[in-house]
Parts: sequence; C-alpha cells; structure tokens
Amino acid sequence: MTPALEINHLHKSFAGAKAVDDLSLSIEPGEIFGLLGPNGAGKSTTINMISGVCRIDSGTVRVFGHDAVRDYRLTRRLVGVMHQELVTDHFFTIDRALKIHAGYYGVPDDKAWRELLIERLGLGPHLHKSMLKLSGGLKRRFMVAKALIHKPQLLILDEPTAGVDVELRRALWQFVQEMNQAGTTVLLTTHYLEEAEQMCNRIAIMSGGKLVALERTADLLARLDSRSMLLHLDTPLEQVPTALEALNGQLEENGQKLRISLAGEVVMAEVLQLLAQLNLPIRDLELPRPGLEEVFLDLTGLQLTDRKGSPS
Amino acid sequence: MINRFRQQQNFVSWLPFATLLQKEIRRFLRVSFQTLLTPIVTASLYLFVFGATLGQRISVVEGFSYAQFVVPGLILMGVINNSFANTSSSLFISRYLGNIVDLLVTPLTPPQVILAYTLAAMLRGLLVGTVVLIISCFFAELPFVSPWAAAAMAALASFLFAQFGLIAAIYASSFDALSMYNNFLILPLIYLGGVFYPVSILPPFWARLSHFNPMLYLIDGFRHAILGVGDLSLSTAFIVAGLMAAALFGWAAALLGSGYKLRL
Repeated sequence: MTPALEINHLHKSFAGAKAVDDLSLSIEPGEIFGLLGPNGAGKSTTINMISGVCRIDSGTVRVFGHDAVRDYRLTRRLVGVMHQELVTDHFFTIDRALKIHAGYYGVPDDKAWRELLIERLGLGPHLHKSMLKLSGGLKRRFMVAKALIHKPQLLILDEPTAGVDVELRRALWQFVQEMNQAGTTVLLTTHYLEEAEQMCNRIAIMSGGKLVALERTADLLARLDSRSMLLHLDTPLEQVPTALEALNGQLEENGQKLRISLAGEVVMAEVLQLLAQLNLPIRDLELPRPGLEEVFLDLTGLQLTDRKGSPS
Repeated sequence: MINRFRQQQNFVSWLPFATLLQKEIRRFLRVSFQTLLTPIVTASLYLFVFGATLGQRISVVEGFSYAQFVVPGLILMGVINNSFANTSSSLFISRYLGNIVDLLVTPLTPPQVILAYTLAAMLRGLLVGTVVLIISCFFAELPFVSPWAAAAMAALASFLFAQFGLIAAIYASSFDALSMYNNFLILPLIYLGGVFYPVSILPPFWARLSHFNPMLYLIDGFRHAILGVGDLSLSTAFIVAGLMAAALFGWAAALLGSGYKLRL
C-alpha cells in the first residue's frame, strides 16, 4: 500500500544550524501518528516542509506517492495543516474565511460540511465576529476547521490543543478520532503526553533534528523496564532497610516515601512478603506506570515537558 | 458526518485563483473609506487647487489651460498610488501577521498569486482614477483624442505599480521600510515626472535628466493620449512603459516563484 506520507533523508538548516537532520519516516494510510520532541527538535520545521511553508534543503517528501515539491499542486490538496502559531486574517469573519479557504483548494463550497465543522468545533455563536475579537482557544478551533474544510486525506495538527481547556480538548480529540475513522490519516504533535499515548498508533521522537525513536506506542512504553513501587510512610525513615538495598530502595521527600525497583525478574509476591516482614509504617502504595516522559528522558537525556505539562 | 466527509468534491482548477482575486477585492472594499474614499478626496483637493483656482489663470502648454494640462497627471497619480498601495499593503500585512502561510500551503501557483493580487490592485487603482476623471469634468474639459490609448496607458501604469508593490512588500522588513518606497521613491518620481509641469520647460540638463524618470513615460503618454500633445511620442511612451512592466513582472515572478522571504 502506498504510504500516506513518506519522508526520505530530509535535511533543513537555518543559518548553518541543522533544524532537521537526515529524517526518514513513513506513515501508513489510516494511522494516527505522533511526532514528539522538545522545542527546537525540528517537528514544526518537518511539518512546514511537508506543507510547503518551508523549502527543502535535500531529501524527499511524498504524499500518497506524489512528490511534495514537483507535484505540489496535487499534494497540497491532499494535506490539511494546522500550524502551531495562531494565525488569522483580521479582515474576515470565521464564516467568510472558511469559504475562502475551501476556494483556495479548488473545492466548491460544501455548505453541509462547513456547517458540520462549525457545529462540531463550537464555532456557531462566533460565526460573524471579526477574527480580532476571538479568544486564543476559538482561533485554534477555527484553525482546525480551516485545516479540514477541503476534506484532506492527510491531516497535520501541530499542537492543536495548546491553550484549549480540558473539555474542548476532549471534544477535539474525539472529533479527530472520528475523522480518522472516516479515513483521514493524522499526523500530530502535542506536549500533552497522555493524549499522545491514548491517540497515536505509532510515535516518533525527534531530538536535535534527528529521529531517536519510531515505534508502536505500546512497544515504546514497554521498552523502558522501569517499573517501580512507591511506598507512602506514616513516619519517615532515616535510611533504607538493608533488606531493600537489593531492590535499589531509595528514600524520597525526607524519608516520607520509599521507592523500590521492580525491574528484571522480581516476583511481586516475594516483594510484598518482604515488606510485611519488615513491618514498615506503610500508609499507601503506588505502582507508577512509566510514560512517554520517562521513555523520552531515557532516550535523549532531555525532558519533554516541565512538571506542569507545558513545553520545556 | 463520515458520509459527508466521504463525499469528495472535484477539483475546480480556476477556483483557487478566482477565490484569491475575490478575497483581495473584498479586502480593499471592506476598508473602502481608506482605500477608495481617501484617495478620491485627496485628488479632488488637488483638482480644486489646480483646476478652480490657478488652473484658469496660467498655461504651460499652448492651446490648453493649466487645469486641462494637470488633470491627466492627477488621474494617473491616483491610479499609480492606489495600485502600489493595494499590493504592497496586502502582501506586507500578510507577511507581518503571518497569515501568508494560508496561501503557501494551497495549490495556488506563483503566477496565479501575482495575477490575483495584480488584478485586484488594478481594479482599485482604475476605480480611483475613474472617479477622479468624473470629478475633473467639473474643472476642465478634456478632448480625449485617443481614449483607448489613454485607457491602455492607465492599465499599464496600474499593472506596473502593482508589480512594484509586490516587490516592495517582499523586500520591506517593517512598515517603516515600506513607507520609504512610497515617500522617498514613488512620490518624488511622480512630482518630478511631469504631473505638474511639462519637462520641456525645464533647463536642458534637467529636461534630459527627467528622461531617466520612468514616471515621465507613463504620465506623458497618458496625457498625450488625452490631449493629443506631449513631450514624447505615444509609441515611445508605450514601448518604455511596456518594457518596464515586463521587467517588474519578471522580477516579482522570480521573487514569488523562489519564495524569497516568504517561504522559510
């Protein structure tokens, strides 16, 4: 089957600094594909090269088998892109701007489809407002509608939920999933890692312009054997009990928490038995699941987000 | 929803161009006070000063009042200024606000983008010129010796300055820099290009120097077509104006085609 997107040895430099360095990846039709990485990793530059905003230094981008440079008139019709920066045309209302964008792609106005996008993205009450009067969240939703107005086969969303409240975020992802079920291939970037874990079939991680991982989401998470057990203690400990040193026991928060490693061939029953024998003042017990943040940290030595979940 | 999405529509090849042209026309109509009314009022003031007051008392070309002499230049000044202002401000604002990406990601080709911007700018320039022409009828009676040649020269001048507006919008790095093109290039060239006097009345050195002013060929050619007399022959004016228009179109096409300062 022809890939929805095929990138081969893509390079891009700005003033000598490599923004994208020999990137190759392929996205199958019908996938939801996540492209993750910290700021400056080269995600947006890659998206800009696919969509035509950025010139390609070397390498190729093929969209459904068509070269994105040579056959740009065709590939740009197949792609719908929502850029990270909030960009609107202040001269027009949402309704007018959506009609204009359909026309740019050579698509006669499909009123029913336009109204559906307006309804699903909650733009109805703001339809005839000037873009200047829209909030950041509304502008972002408008940009999603704009990316979809010509019914693209490949939808590219660069940080679609940044600055959007939780309820709308959920509605937006549900909508994206429905679009995917209707046949649209989705390439997205997000800093909300839980969303990437839930939404994406496969995830690519970029760092310093290079691809550092590309796997199925489940495989990527399983790759890190870092299961641990976190014990919340009623009274703080001064030192790790000798019996727990083999399990790489470590005290946290002034001895109020004790973390022990479950990596390797550890049998849970034996661990619980050992804890019972030690008669520790355990108030609560946690089994934190390693997420993409840990995977990313393990792969690159860099943090993907700060502790609040915003871009680092 | 899924059914609606699956109803793919056919690509209409002329629609991207027609949409951009329509959008550009809507853009200047939405701010018509600034884009149409203001230049018309300004030109009317010039007409009043030179037509109703000075124009009846002096003459710089034999057989014509000063009002008759100056009106063609004022009409063309309106055409030139507004054609330049339309493409330069529209493209520069798009670059400045970042919404130029909305065009860069579409199937529009560079020639289509140039043509759509140019035709909208020509429409605005020629609209202003037409209204100024109608108002000028109250101040001076013009013979219109070659009306088609006059219309062609006005169209050529607006085309040429629409191209120049695109070029300026691409090179300019700020609104300040953009205004420099208008205030320090176009305005002096217009004023020294024979709008208010025939260059033949200048001392020989300055008259010869004026022939390096591209504006002279447009203004003199337009006036020649209307009054039947001019410092240059009509064919010279058309040949030079045509060559300049072709050169600027080539320049604008090269810039937009390469994506210079537009694509990253």
